[in-house]
Amino acid sequence: MNFVALRMLTGDRAKYFGLVFAIAFCTFLLENQTTIFANIMKRTASQILDVTDAEVWVMDPQTEYWEQTKPLKDTDLTRVRGVPGVRWAVRLFKGNPVARTLDGKFAVSFLIGIDDATLAGAPRKMLLGSWDRLREPDSVIIDQAGYILLFPGEPLALDRTLEMNDHRVTIVGISDVPAPFASLPVMHTRYSEAINFLGRERTQLSFIIARPDAEVSPAALTTRIHERTGLRARTTEEFMWDCIRYYLQHTGIPVNFGITIAVALIVGAVVAGQTFYLFTIENLKQFGALKAIGVTNVRLIAMILLQAFTAGTLGFSLGTGMAATFFEIFLHKLATRGIVLMWQCVALTGACIFFVVIVASVLSIRRVLVLEPAAVFRG
Amino acid sequence: MSATSDGLGVSCRDVRKHFGSGEARVEALRGVDFETRFGELSFLVGPSGCGKTTLISIIAGLLDRTGGELSVLGTNVDALSAHERVLFRRRNLGFIFQQFNLLPALTAAENVAVPLIAAGMSRRHAVDRANALLSRLGLGSRLTALPLTLSGGQQQRVAIARALVHEPRLVVCDEPTASLDHASGEAVMDLLAANAVRPGRTVIVVTHDSRVFHYAHSIAHMDDGRIVDVTRPDRRREPPRPAERPSAFEESYA
Repeated sequence: MNFVALRMLTGDRAKYFGLVFAIAFCTFLLENQTTIFANIMKRTASQILDVTDAEVWVMDPQTEYWEQTKPLKDTDLTRVRGVPGVRWAVRLFKGNPVARTLDGKFAVSFLIGIDDATLAGAPRKMLLGSWDRLREPDSVIIDQAGYILLFPGEPLALDRTLEMNDHRVTIVGISDVPAPFASLPVMHTRYSEAINFLGRERTQLSFIIARPDAEVSPAALTTRIHERTGLRARTTEEFMWDCIRYYLQHTGIPVNFGITIAVALIVGAVVAGQTFYLFTIENLKQFGALKAIGVTNVRLIAMILLQAFTAGTLGFSLGTGMAATFFEIFLHKLATRGIVLMWQCVALTGACIFFVVIVASVLSIRRVLVLEPAAVFRG
Repeated sequence: MSATSDGLGVSCRDVRKHFGSGEARVEALRGVDFETRFGELSFLVGPSGCGKTTLISIIAGLLDRTGGELSVLGTNVDALSAHERVLFRRRNLGFIFQQFNLLPALTAAENVAVPLIAAGMSRRHAVDRANALLSRLGLGSRLTALPLTLSGGQQQRVAIARALVHEPRLVVCDEPTASLDHASGEAVMDLLAANAVRPGRTVIVVTHDSRVFHYAHSIAHMDDGRIVDVTRPDRRREPPRPAERPSAFEESYA
């Protein structure tokens, strides 16, 4: 009877497409909103994830997330290096100087100062130039979005000049780093240069990044560093989640997106669920005829579930395709760069959609099961 | 399951049925005695609301009765579980409805094949058998047509094929000619009489349509939930012409 169920489903094209597109749009809405939310949250940790050389981050015990730094003492680097299991540990500076072009255009920037000797933490995806050139004096690498912000409408070019804290700075590379949470230019330079570009404070060391020995896990090393130095040490992943958690707890972003997602879920669930329910109700007479003919209730339930599963799968696939296309189109736009459809969002949406379809099926099945087959004689 | 020794396909004794309770209680059947014989076409006639549909629903196992005794094809349906009743219905009963109740998304042949597929036959074999039967009923050129593209008479022929394809021993027809013009109604009754009325099989027809009464071996007249009269018409009589003025009897049921 499976073919009967499928033909009943697809027989009325208008109802069939209405049902599939209702589920597809619900899927699209949910995947769209959850993915944008998740990617925005992920952006809060972009600069952490971008440092692929290090696996452990060491910071002041009071530091909770990337934006909030309390400088460490220079001697802390030596203490960390002294912890058993540390293969290497280097300095990392993070500041927010104002970068100014010769035309007078300016923007607050993320300036990341990486270790002078090793250049550990340098951006690895370069669009123009080479990170090796950071060894040149007064040099910076700027990200593409920052470059476009400071030099709007101009082609990407090296050796252009910026001014930071009365220092003449030369752009020696243009990187393709993940977008930060705030849309500010991201610049990389050497540590010794960075502290000059921002203006001196008594202590400058924002973070220490480190890598454990081969036989030591990053998690074990963080525990050791904390025990021996009293400093806060986190693995890259832990630090990423610290940042995300901070924004979740201390900003209105999750509430605002949560409302949007909830509305999408409710509207989508109501539309998709009601469409499927009405679809079954409108076919009650046909189910009644099948009942009279001698089709068992178990078989009828299987038919309805097959219809629901088919419509749900088609709608979900179509909606996911729409969402993937949407993010593919916007992936290369400046404001939405790096926002990709996350499999977790697809899985979560899939679970929601199938929950809605199952609920609608159960309600539909109930109507069919209580349907008196004698009703078919009533015309 | 064999034919009953007394030749009765269906036997109702003092069958009662009421709906609702208290002041809303409606007595649909008030002690119906009704029987059909194998090899016969039995008509059940009467004014609207007299209980005809309720009675055939009970006979077909689609509705539970409130009281009385019922034997269908020699089987006491009370002794069957709900699931066994469904299987009994699937094996032994065929249905023809006033509104045809064909599945609009299936072709004529696929509609006819549904009872066979429901009984576990493969789709290919079932459709082959349906094709053969439809060809026999004069619809060989419309096998793949969808119901909505067929005329009323053709749809009812498909419905007859669906009711007969699994060779049921009891065929229950509810107003099979009501939605058809006179010629189509005659054609449908011809088909029914030629294909459904066989030894070991019995057919019950609920109808208002006095133009087809001449097909009946017996006519049970119902009124107010009771069988008030049973007649066995002279089947050698010529059927009335369409233009003939309706009889007083017809007018009373029209």
